[in-house]
Amino acid sequence: MSRGALRCSGAAASRAEEVMANDILRPRLQNAALRGGLAAQRVRRAWWMAAPMLLVLAAVGAWPLLRTIWFSLTDSELSNPGDYAFIGLENYVGEYGLLASADWWQAVGNTLLFTGLSVSLETLLGLGVALLLNQASRLRTLLRAALLVPWAIPTVVSAKMWSWMLHDQFGIVNHHLLALGVIAAPLAWTADPQLSLFSIVLVDVWKATPYMALLILAALQMVPVDCYEAARVDGVPRWQVFRRITLPLILPGLLVAMVFRTLDALRVFDLIYVMTSNSRDTQSMSVFVRQQLIDFGLVGYGSAAATCLFFMIALLSIVAMGLMRRTFERAAA
Amino acid sequence: MPLAARRSLLAMFFACVALLGIVANTRAADAVTISIACSGVGQELEFCKGAAEAWARKTGHALKIVTPPNDASERLALYQQLLSARSEKIDVLQVDVIWPGLLGSYLLDLRPYAKGAEAQHFAGFIANNSSQGRLVAMPWFANAGLLFYRSDLLQKYGQPVPTTWGELTASARTIQDGERALGNERMWGYVWQGRAYEGLSCNALEWVASHDGGAIVEADGRISINNPRAVLALQAASAWVGSISPTAVLNYAEEESRGVFQAGNAVFMRNWPYAWALAQAEGSVIRGKVGVAVLPKGGGAGRHAATLGGESLAVSKYSQHPAAAADLVLYMTSAGVQKDRALRGSFNPTIAALYQDAEILQANPFMGELLATFTNALARPTTVTGTRYNQVSHHFWNAAHDTLSAKATAEQALARLEQSLKRISRRGTWR
Amino acid sequence: MSGLVKAGAGSRALAPGAVPGQPRFPWGCIGYWAASLLFIFVSVFPLLYALSSSLKQGSGLFSPELWPKAPTFANYSGVFAEQPFAQNLLNSLLVAGSVVTLSLGLSLMAAWAFGRVEFRGRGLLLMLILSASMLPQVAVLSGMFELVRAFGIYDTLGALIIADLVLTLPFTVWVLVTFMRQLPKELEEAAAMDGVGVLTLVFRVYMPLLWPAMVATGLLAFIAAWNEFLFALTFTLSTEARTVPVAIALISTPSGFELPWGKIMAASVIVTLPLVALVVVFQRRIVSGLSAGAVKG
Repeated sequence: MSRGALRCSGAAASRAEEVMANDILRPRLQNAALRGGLAAQRVRRAWWMAAPMLLVLAAVGAWPLLRTIWFSLTDSELSNPGDYAFIGLENYVGEYGLLASADWWQAVGNTLLFTGLSVSLETLLGLGVALLLNQASRLRTLLRAALLVPWAIPTVVSAKMWSWMLHDQFGIVNHHLLALGVIAAPLAWTADPQLSLFSIVLVDVWKATPYMALLILAALQMVPVDCYEAARVDGVPRWQVFRRITLPLILPGLLVAMVFRTLDALRVFDLIYVMTSNSRDTQSMSVFVRQQLIDFGLVGYGSAAATCLFFMIALLSIVAMGLMRRTFERAAA
Repeated sequence: MPLAARRSLLAMFFACVALLGIVANTRAADAVTISIACSGVGQELEFCKGAAEAWARKTGHALKIVTPPNDASERLALYQQLLSARSEKIDVLQVDVIWPGLLGSYLLDLRPYAKGAEAQHFAGFIANNSSQGRLVAMPWFANAGLLFYRSDLLQKYGQPVPTTWGELTASARTIQDGERALGNERMWGYVWQGRAYEGLSCNALEWVASHDGGAIVEADGRISINNPRAVLALQAASAWVGSISPTAVLNYAEEESRGVFQAGNAVFMRNWPYAWALAQAEGSVIRGKVGVAVLPKGGGAGRHAATLGGESLAVSKYSQHPAAAADLVLYMTSAGVQKDRALRGSFNPTIAALYQDAEILQANPFMGELLATFTNALARPTTVTGTRYNQVSHHFWNAAHDTLSAKATAEQALARLEQSLKRISRRGTWR
Repeated sequence: MSGLVKAGAGSRALAPGAVPGQPRFPWGCIGYWAASLLFIFVSVFPLLYALSSSLKQGSGLFSPELWPKAPTFANYSGVFAEQPFAQNLLNSLLVAGSVVTLSLGLSLMAAWAFGRVEFRGRGLLLMLILSASMLPQVAVLSGMFELVRAFGIYDTLGALIIADLVLTLPFTVWVLVTFMRQLPKELEEAAAMDGVGVLTLVFRVYMPLLWPAMVATGLLAFIAAWNEFLFALTFTLSTEARTVPVAIALISTPSGFELPWGKIMAASVIVTLPLVALVVVFQRRIVSGLSAGAVKG
């Protein structure tokens, strides 16, 4: 690899690092010039302006969350909502606690497997599509429009569409696979415990890859053209260019996109609920929570599961933030 | 027109419909609005609306029809939320046969209003609808698991209608192999409901009970499911998967299995009575080639078992007009309305006397033969498990599904189920 | 900070070896077209197949050819005749419209505070708002249910509007703050000299300038509210109060056991086509909004 290309990649990387670090991790005001009484007045006004939004968010976000955490410490049931007692951590630990429930751990396992598979597939495919989209071509507009279709379709609708296509008797997927001789007998895509989670992953990949691709594309478009020019002049092989220049430069953007998809995937509900309902083989943590809360009416126990899910996601976000910050710092060093 | 005159006119006009002396205590002067949750769309909704409106005209009360989701578990979830919110939004609600135990504490005791009318209904159904001595819902129509068979195919291969599961397996095998040899590659022996949902609990309960393996949880709260006969029952069923039943049966609900049977691709099917009208419908390829029988016994020592299904009507405890609402329920579940529904919609009555009614039997020939099946139908253990029935059923169908999909042996699955049920019941106390 | 936001319109970088007109290897060109066409096909095929299925009826539904032998619109009329689907569509429109208006209004005000004024706790608050977008819906479900009950709005559209705000607000605030920060400060100084109040400043001066960003975020919020399922499933009871996703998930037939695939597909197509049209028309704006919301966030 030539010095020119290296130099270029270093400069762009530090620029990307600067952008990410400033905008995402440590937001700071750029033009904080005003001082004194005028500034104090501005701050007061700012609070007034922010207050309606903050109040609404506190009412619909923070308050319900706190109630859920409180319910998780009680034996509240849907069939008798007014009459409950504080039972400490009994919903979490002990013989009847969440942590001793095999079903809960299965839901945790399903969710992690689903998240791992779908996010890695979506990242790979999304990167591929983003590279395609980054080429000037007559197809580009069409490709982008087509990609937005799966993203815009309501999850419920896509789950229904795919359930129909994957129908074991009348589904078009089995029909063509059978006709091509790939399979000997119709596959029960959503019923077979070996297959159902993968079918769900497949639909999720179909639906979320466009999102991933667009985020990666945004990062790709930040790579300065002169980097490629330099590499081209030096005759660096394409694979090398991708590995040594493109990938490091888009890595921060790629990571952010992956974190976002991961946090989203951990909460998965609609897709699984519509495709396989409450089946234990595919139940995600969110589906488990709803089942306990509503189907079984166990408000306390279900809230305990919801609280666990919340803390898991919160913990992961914090870890992801820390890791990203370190990645950027290393890239800068 | 003076109110009194109008009332008497109306009363005269509807005298033919007014049954069981329920032209009761309601005066037009204190007419109220009753909201009733009719479930379903199309024909079922029309029937519900029609009968309720007839009652409204008769009594002078006003009606509001609310349409909840048609999917049973969705409807239950919504009712639970609505009732836990102490909402008076719905006075009369349609409840599935498994819900009285779950919703019982929210429902009104109808015994004082029924004045003995409950005695006409199937005793098992009434027992099922009783929660801690209170009659919380009036039976409206009944369902029971039935064996549908292709009479033409049984005849072609000289097979009798099977009375044991063993016979069913053998003739399913024979006919399936025979038909496949003749080129019908898609032919299957037996289709049923194997998806992990309430329907599998119904199917599996039939297998277990027909082998004399108990009722999962006995009336005294004892968890009986982990026994050798239940193991035998589950093993027999697992052997069907992939041999006489398609593997995909593991995701079949009622309609998927009917799809296969209706297309002429199955010899036997376990389903509810609704499949009869559809199989015999104009344009059906199996029209006139279908018979209905009681489900087989589990071997010589076993018995015939059919899970009880069906719907009832109940009154919310938070209703502001309990008397009028109860009156509506009693009218809707009366013999007259049930007969009309049986004639026009093939809904099985819950009143035994109607099974001798000539008109009903003409419209639905199988109803007369299967009266015993309906009267002896097996209730799921909802009364004893109460608010925890959903959990019990969930674990039961999962145990069955694990066995059927060979994720566990029947012994392992039932041992695990017993553990789970002990956990849910707080060691069999069901408190 | 501007590079990311201009994602849709910024300078196009060329991927290696893809100089249009003079490809180094014809293989690359063929591969590009093959891959692109494959992605296009996979993306739109399910919708096409749904369209095809929605035009079939009865046993025709069970034969998987793409072009229906006897196309019929019976499923479409059935969807509207058998249930209040028009009402469901209107509900979805009302809910999504109100959610968009409310979240944009609230966020625009807040965006001025967070984007143009420095005060203590600002960073922390922004972080908290961002983290609200990661809240699992089920974690607020029971608390939200209490809230809905307390306001007496169970089974009304109001419940859905309020609940959906928790999904859209964090996101709209975050994006608008990002865009607000990029506006030149001279604007505000000029306005301050004219003695303009803050609300006037925000809604008269900034809003027109932020219009493209508002359209992008508004569209995303609209789609989020339009597609929302869990709250709509939980907080409504009657068919008349349902939004479209719930109506589709719960579509049923007279017997209660039959699976009406034709009608489900017809309803799916009805719901999806306007959305797809919207997305195709505004694709650039949506792409820029998405990247601003996520890459920035």
